[in-house]
Amino acid sequence: MKSFKGKVLFLDRSDINTDEIIPAKYLTEITKEALRTYLLEDLKLEGFDPRRDISGKSIIVARSNFGCGSSREHAPWALEVNGINMVIAPDFARIFRQNMYNCGMIALELPADIIESLFMDFSGKDTQAEADIAAGKLIISSGGLKKQIPFSLGTFDRELVFAGGWVGYANNHY
Amino acid sequence: MGKTLVEKIFEAHRVDSPAEDIHVLKLDAVFCHEITTPIAINDLVERGMDRVFDPAKIKAVIDHVTPAKDSKTAEQGKILREWARRHSIKDFFDIGRNGVCHAIFPEHGFARPGYVIIMGDSHTCTHGAFGAFAAGVGTTDLEVGILKGVCAFKTPKTMKIIVSGTLKPGVFAKDVILSIIGRIGVNGATNMVVEFTGDTVTGMSMDSRMTLSNMAVEAGATSGIIMPDMTTVEYLWPFIKNDYPSKETALADYQKWGSDPDASYERVVELDAGSIEPMSTFGYKPDQVKPVREMEGTKVDQVYIGSCTNGRLEDLRIAAEVLKGKRISDSVRGIVSPATPKIYRQALDEGIIRIFMDSGFCVTNPTCGACLGMSNGVLAQGEVCASTTNRNFNGRMGKGGMVHLVSPATAAATALTGIITNSPLYKG
Repeated sequence: MKSFKGKVLFLDRSDINTDEIIPAKYLTEITKEALRTYLLEDLKLEGFDPRRDISGKSIIVARSNFGCGSSREHAPWALEVNGINMVIAPDFARIFRQNMYNCGMIALELPADIIESLFMDFSGKDTQAEADIAAGKLIISSGGLKKQIPFSLGTFDRELVFAGGWVGYANNHY
Repeated sequence: MGKTLVEKIFEAHRVDSPAEDIHVLKLDAVFCHEITTPIAINDLVERGMDRVFDPAKIKAVIDHVTPAKDSKTAEQGKILREWARRHSIKDFFDIGRNGVCHAIFPEHGFARPGYVIIMGDSHTCTHGAFGAFAAGVGTTDLEVGILKGVCAFKTPKTMKIIVSGTLKPGVFAKDVILSIIGRIGVNGATNMVVEFTGDTVTGMSMDSRMTLSNMAVEAGATSGIIMPDMTTVEYLWPFIKNDYPSKETALADYQKWGSDPDASYERVVELDAGSIEPMSTFGYKPDQVKPVREMEGTKVDQVYIGSCTNGRLEDLRIAAEVLKGKRISDSVRGIVSPATPKIYRQALDEGIIRIFMDSGFCVTNPTCGACLGMSNGVLAQGEVCASTTNRNFNGRMGKGGMVHLVSPATAAATALTGIITNSPLYKG
């Protein structure tokens, strides 16, 4: 199972699409590793600089409909090779969400008001988070402030995370 | 309680339910192209599982960058080509026979009513126009589909979109779908199948229905879907004529793939076709739409006619009607890309290609090309393109470029004036 722990990158925008996560011109790459330096290169978000803001981050918190657009699994791969195995948002585009779990990664849906409180409390600060899958809690902290947020993954989603993805699961079952 | 078409398709294809709301479905077809498939192929090889579940159910095409533009895209084509050969995949479309996946696969009769189809491409929803459940997936789902012939989906919810009445002259399927996306939003149909119905839709050609269904994903939908009727049968007849004694018997069989009148829908949206105007997007999201008249005067540098949305014969005919005998503006680069060799050839035979060339358009080979800025027709920083494609995302056609999505008629009229313009086909 992958690690779901580390520094948090806050992206305060809805409808961040897969062209922004990894532009189509890089889809000519045939290794995941080659995508590393291009993550979020075309993201339209004021104050965000991918070269400065991505390094060292392990979890993204964003707004609604994250990952809309193209089916490219290069989007989760570009996150994965940067050490980001988890995105937290109110909701996700279907294909992106499935791609995340298919890779053994987590697209965690939390209610919009909780996401809002995370932005209010932690955005712009040096923030750490850790998802404990078995206990179903997300611990997020910065300085002296610490919050614990309960969550539950769907049965199938959790199995994919434990199996390391859909290929392993399907090969065992079908 | 009746069932929706997609519920019936799920029932007929379910092989497992690993969780309450998850259904593993048997696949009738797995479509592949050279961008998302090679990594799946390489992974299967690395895992020692380089097999395919059924070579007859796998269809493959090189379409996104063709002819190859550099060593990397040549390598992607090579991986797909060699894989198709070693697994005896007969329906593989390489250079000379290749075209845009969502145009060439229907053209060969590969999308049928009641089918479950996946492809590593978000616009796979196009094939729902034939009464199929057709979903775009990522490379891992594609990989398992290739290996096992199955794919997992959540319990389908259906949004019913009823379009009724007569479209005004000069208003087309593209304007209808842009209006719909403008109304329901870019995630208005997430995790839903959008069922297009109503007399406007049943009156549409298969080309127009594919345009509608193609952009369902721009509202977040898993698939578009349109119930099969005689128009569907007529289109598929060359491929099914040995299976049925008559078109009427084919239709009778296909009608099992229809929603029951008392089926339950997640949401119902109604549109009056007569009130729809030619539409254009204005921002970086496909739900940011306005009537073309409110966009008039917006200067463009390039006009692109093509893609899985609007690169079919009907689209080229409409654009040619606007362009005939006229020259495009000196300030505009016009590019037209017939979506398949068959469309290209028919456009040649009908004199449409000559009209495009005489008007000053560049005619490219069939390819996804400019739509996603992967090969030809890329925009420079600050440039603007009126395009018949499906996505206006920031940077989609080239870093710093702006895309306005329009119908082929609006695109052609815009090429003539150099500013976004309603076509003379539209009488208001």
